[in-house]
Amino acid sequence: MLKLTLNGQKVALDVDPNMPLLYALRDIQQLTGTKFGCGAGLCGACTVHMDGESIRSCITPVSVVEGKTVTTIEGLGIDNAKGDELHPVQQAWLDNRVPQCGYCQAGQMMSAAALLAKNANPSDEDINNHMQGNICRCGTYPRIKKAIKQAGVMIQEVNKAKPVSGKKGVQA
Amino acid sequence: MSPLIEQPAAVGTINGAAKHVSKVTRRSVLQALGLSSAGLVLFSPVQAMAQNKAPQKQNTAQDFELGVFVSIAKNDEVRIVNHRAEMGQGILTSVPQIIADELEADWSKVTVVQAQGDPKYGSQATGGSASIRQHFNDHRQMGAIARTMLEQAAASVWQVNASGVTTKNHQVINRKTQQALSFGELAELAAQLPVPDKAAVTLKDPKDFTLIGRDVKLAGQEAIIKGEAVYAQDIQLPNMLIASIERPPVVGAKVKSFNADAAKKVKGVIAVIQLKDRPLPVNVKPVSGVAVLATNTWAAHEGRKQLTVEWDTSDARVNQNAQHNTDQYLKALVEKVNHKGRRVRTEGNTDKHVYNEANTVEATYTIPYHHHMSMETPAATAVIKDNTCTVWTGTQNPQWAKKLIAEELGIDAQAVTVNMTLMGGAFGRKGKNDYTLEAVELAKTVGRPVKVVWTREDDVKHGFYHSISANYCKAEINKDRADHWVQRVAYPPIGAIFDLNAKSPSNSALSLGFADIPFELEHLSCETQDVETHVRVGWFRAVANINNAFALGSFVDELAVKAKVPTHTMWLNLLGKDRIINPAKEGFKEWDNYGHKKQEYALDSRRMKKIIQLLMTQSKADAPTAKNEGWGISYAHSFNSYVAAATKVRVVDNKLTVLEMHTAIDCGVAVTPDRVKSQMEGAMIMGLSTALMSEITVKEGVVEQSNFHDYLSARINQCPSLFVHIMDSSAAPGGVGEPGFPPILPSITNAIFHASGQRIRNLPVNKVLSV
Ligand code: FES
Ligand code: FES
Repeated sequence: MLKLTLNGQKVALDVDPNMPLLYALRDIQQLTGTKFGCGAGLCGACTVHMDGESIRSCITPVSVVEGKTVTTIEGLGIDNAKGDELHPVQQAWLDNRVPQCGYCQAGQMMSAAALLAKNANPSDEDINNHMQGNICRCGTYPRIKKAIKQAGVMIQEVNKAKPVSGKKGVQA
Repeated sequence: MSPLIEQPAAVGTINGAAKHVSKVTRRSVLQALGLSSAGLVLFSPVQAMAQNKAPQKQNTAQDFELGVFVSIAKNDEVRIVNHRAEMGQGILTSVPQIIADELEADWSKVTVVQAQGDPKYGSQATGGSASIRQHFNDHRQMGAIARTMLEQAAASVWQVNASGVTTKNHQVINRKTQQALSFGELAELAAQLPVPDKAAVTLKDPKDFTLIGRDVKLAGQEAIIKGEAVYAQDIQLPNMLIASIERPPVVGAKVKSFNADAAKKVKGVIAVIQLKDRPLPVNVKPVSGVAVLATNTWAAHEGRKQLTVEWDTSDARVNQNAQHNTDQYLKALVEKVNHKGRRVRTEGNTDKHVYNEANTVEATYTIPYHHHMSMETPAATAVIKDNTCTVWTGTQNPQWAKKLIAEELGIDAQAVTVNMTLMGGAFGRKGKNDYTLEAVELAKTVGRPVKVVWTREDDVKHGFYHSISANYCKAEINKDRADHWVQRVAYPPIGAIFDLNAKSPSNSALSLGFADIPFELEHLSCETQDVETHVRVGWFRAVANINNAFALGSFVDELAVKAKVPTHTMWLNLLGKDRIINPAKEGFKEWDNYGHKKQEYALDSRRMKKIIQLLMTQSKADAPTAKNEGWGISYAHSFNSYVAAATKVRVVDNKLTVLEMHTAIDCGVAVTPDRVKSQMEGAMIMGLSTALMSEITVKEGVVEQSNFHDYLSARINQCPSLFVHIMDSSAAPGGVGEPGFPPILPSITNAIFHASGQRIRNLPVNKVLSV
């Protein structure tokens, strides 16, 4: 049994430790929000967070996430009393009507959230550097850029409103 | 305003109880599945999920049907069916939006229901940018039918004539007394009335549209951003096996022998099954192969890696396929178009003309095979039980799927249920149901539910490619315009996948930006050539418009350069005077106007010129540029829409940077303007990928590319600033999904010429410039 924290809950996985995390999430945990796009670390569709960093779950064996904290698109929303508030990235995605087919977008949002957790005021170049591993075949890039900037502003505002020692700000 | 979306559920649990929504196993919310009941559609309303409520079923006791597309509950909630296939174009919003407008529904009370494949909806074949351009009034009539029924019900309550009532904002109002009855109050009574004939209902005056042409809240976006949208890859059924299939590397090859011993030893692998041989032509059916079926996706792929298969290519035709090499093939196409071909359109006489060489431009343009590369690879799930079959598939063509499945199983089409999932992109690829049939064949063989999933390598190597092509153009400059125009095209025709004897494009394919050339010419010859086909070719966003618009858009630029006039001036001059263009009367009898005979879709040179002018004003593409920078423009109409594009680039030390791109479109009424915009943005990026970097090559019958590292696609850092200009228009709506794409390619290569003097006639650009 392989133990990890998945979207805030402790789970134990009874799978071959070599199985890529992507398939453990989708087939075993039935968390199908994380997508398969290439299986080779080339497209970013399968992006999730491990301890806050974005990783490609298609090339990450589950053994790597043992004891770690994994967040998927299903767990990206901020925990609050209602338990279902959108992450600023999701809100900005909605406001900018980013998705076309939507298939790449979970990966895009997970990458964007990881970027903004470190740098809530990214330049165009920061965005290009961080996001170029995420392909969108429908061509939503201009809206992704806009949405990331908007989400960054939202995150800065939330963080400003919260004293450093207080409750946690927006994290990925 | 918040239209919900209801999709056929992917089922995680089978006990029927909708549980608490858990972020660890979200799927548990989804409800049980009535597999044997062809009529039962299950849905997972997004809002219900978010509120942890039990999802509701369609047609519960409170839902009253008013025709095929609309049902209304007593609480005023309206459900509207989207029967077309959603692949990113936004049709999930646009069809219900049109219906809701004619119904006078309040959009915030509308839930969108995704239909199954069913003949009762009329055509569901989602391609050719046709959903609105061919069915706008059909959709309106569906809304008007429901509105008429509500009005008749209200009239009977108030004992007045139907003319004594009117409908506005989710209510029917008594004109005289101003009394109002809500849709919910009227639904039950209205549903008992006979459904009026669609020809008998009155449509709204377009000036009274409340939703059409406005940016309503889009259906399905919340589900996507929460990771809850269901695609074909996401289907989970109890007892399901996942199949990974090894397919023949050469089209038409058969399995000679295979060894599954090692594959069967992989933990989780349950069965290894040889798929049946399929004779050529390939049609839209599966090819042969060997499937590894396992309890999870990874085991299926791992098992397949252990498989060894020997292929039989002895059939004479297959053997020819095994000798297909794109290098040689392209050379042969170029050779062909540089010789006289079969005439498909003639005006005047180009044969007798003695060309003045100094004023003549002659050029050949080529494009390689292209692959759709939708982000979601093909996937389909099938269950066969008691002579019925249920599938979940991402398909552009659910009714065709239904027919093929019925034929395959030898059962009645009524016994086949085709659930349409969202598609993670399609671009034409998912108009073929080969993967759906694979799932059906395997489910039948193993007697368990089977989901077929394609790896990216499967997808790239076993596509239905956009044809490799060569286009030739020749014309003589006459002051600031040109004439004595000869153009030729050669490519493997899509017809060849259905008929081994098909050797040249059909008349409707020749109407895609080739023999429908809109210029005022006295002497014109349009010709094609016969070629053999050796791979699966198929419909790709905009189809032959891609290569034809690339050739024409490049050639007009070359003529402009030669004549020393701005490119947009050359376009306007060639388009000539204001007129309705009818190629059928100008030497191309077989002209097909994208299936439209109606006058309102006539080709109009005035609209062509206006859209070019709009592009020029908005983009300022005629303004001077810095050194090493340049603008390129182009124009193309397709699918009854008119599009002009401008691109600005910089070329320094053989390195290309695309700085800015503009698209101006006249698509008549823009039903959902934001989705027109997003399609134009997507078309610009796809144009960028196609022009600059992507290419499928074939060596000895085998596709050489396999994944995103060698079939390249534009990434965010390569994406310039994009601008979309939509012509304000009340004309009949044209297509949107495809028309944005064709003019992009030549706008890029023309820009490269104007920035650097380098004329690129053979794509992709990255053969000569670094991108
Ligand atoms: S699926 Fe993991 S990077 Fe493409
Ligand atoms: S929205 Fe379709 S691939 Fe990105």
